[in-house]
Amino acid sequence: MIESPSGFWGPVAWIIVAVVASLVGYYIWSRGEKAHKKGMQSEEFLMANPRLTEEKVHVRAHNIYWGFFEGLKKYYDPTVRAHTGIINDYIIWFVALTAITAIILLIVGVR
Amino acid sequence: MVPVRIILEVDAMSVFMAIITATVSLAVAIYSLAFMKGETGQSRFYTLFLLLVAGMFGMELTGDLFNLFVFLEIASIAGAALTAFRTKFTDTAEGGLKYIVISTVAALIILFAIGILYAQYNLINIGALANVMQYTMLDKIALALLAIAFAMKLGAIPLHMWVPDTYAVAPAGISAMLVVSSQACMYALYRVCFTLFGITLNMYTVGWLVIILGMLSMFVGVTMAIPQTDIKRLMAYHAISQSGYMLLGVGVGLAVLGNPEALATYGRAAMSGGIFHIINHAMYKGLLFLTAGALFYRVGHRDLNRMGGLGHKMKLTSIFFIIGALSISGIPPFNGFASKFMIYESVYQFNPILSVIAMLVSLITLASFTKAFQSAFTGPQLPEYKDVKEAPRAMLIGMGILAAVIIFFSIFPGLIVHHIVDPATNALVNQAAYVNGIMGVAP
Repeated sequence: MIESPSGFWGPVAWIIVAVVASLVGYYIWSRGEKAHKKGMQSEEFLMANPRLTEEKVHVRAHNIYWGFFEGLKKYYDPTVRAHTGIINDYIIWFVALTAITAIILLIVGVR
Repeated sequence: MVPVRIILEVDAMSVFMAIITATVSLAVAIYSLAFMKGETGQSRFYTLFLLLVAGMFGMELTGDLFNLFVFLEIASIAGAALTAFRTKFTDTAEGGLKYIVISTVAALIILFAIGILYAQYNLINIGALANVMQYTMLDKIALALLAIAFAMKLGAIPLHMWVPDTYAVAPAGISAMLVVSSQACMYALYRVCFTLFGITLNMYTVGWLVIILGMLSMFVGVTMAIPQTDIKRLMAYHAISQSGYMLLGVGVGLAVLGNPEALATYGRAAMSGGIFHIINHAMYKGLLFLTAGALFYRVGHRDLNRMGGLGHKMKLTSIFFIIGALSISGIPPFNGFASKFMIYESVYQFNPILSVIAMLVSLITLASFTKAFQSAFTGPQLPEYKDVKEAPRAMLIGMGILAAVIIFFSIFPGLIVHHIVDPATNALVNQAAYVNGIMGVAP
């Protein structure tokens, strides 16, 4: 168990609760319709279009969260643009940040 | 007068870092037996690997600033050579070149800062220097140079851009080692702030500088991770993001170091959270890089767009990935949650907004790893991967070691915090004990 300024975290207690909750869930599931068998329902109906092959059903990585990126376009455009991949730019960032830090420490960071 | 000029100074913080290095190095060495099997020049690979390990241990255990520079150079040169080791791939040379250029620039700046201190005090021993530090204008410049050079080496934003370029192309085991190498640089940054300048420094300003670097790293790191489709670039951006948590926790401790009441109320807890996150991150990010390497080993590329259904054939790798992903996302009961919990609760008392942003970042991390898992492991078995097999045994053992450590840390976080994290926090805070250990006075 670990303690923080306003609480504690006990993983063993959490695991016990999770196991009990799982057992309750399993019990409820086991009380379900026993006559139902896999494959009883008919195949999915997709607007009369031919059924896609299995590999085409898989959602590829670049399609995931596209709405999130579209919504944050104003953030992503300049941020991605800043990642030029050019090492000269990396060093410019370094020089700039060093200068800013030195100025802050010299002006503000006095004892 | 310094009793011994060039020394190793071992305290709870340096031992803490050495434990991380030893554990990850062991797992990576076993993993690499299979991962590097088909490569030529294996004797050179393991020679460089041992040099990298020696450099990291040296950085963590030295009590001498110049030797810190020397060991940093050893680790950097070995790390760059290992990154570019597989010359059959076109992008490895670029990754290695970027790593050696930024490492060399950082090391030169560190050497320059050491020169500034040596010119004033005729000392390079950390404890002896701390004992006489006057905090002159030159000292402040030296601090700025040291802090930002180490910040670049640890991959803090906006000095992080080399991280995805390098981690993505290095052999998987070496990516895990570079994470630990970056953490050794973070340790050096903490050592400079707490031990070298500790008593004489205006901690509030420097603490906030570290916090701002941490917040930027967390947020920009995770938001840049989520659009990535190269699995190792995605993980590399997450490594940057997770470094932000460590900087945030320790930065809060640094900011309140001059305020004994705040330090006792939440400062130490924030620091312990940040330091606990270092070891947790080394384990789960190491594990995640190794799982990415297992995927690369079997499918021959890192492109998530072209992966899918690999969980059918690589069941153990999938389980290891799930363990690492849940842990990095801070899902209970994994160890990542334990350290983030300590950070959230203590940082909240310092500034609630920082804590809320940290939680948001954790949420986006979960979204990002859900995407990676869905893309690589779930879905129908794709025809091009019908013949894919589980990763070789040595690779599974390497991943298994880190997974076992994660599970142990998850179930017994109190044991780890009380026995290795809290002593490390105390060692950082207690500058006098470090100085007295060198100067020959009982702490």
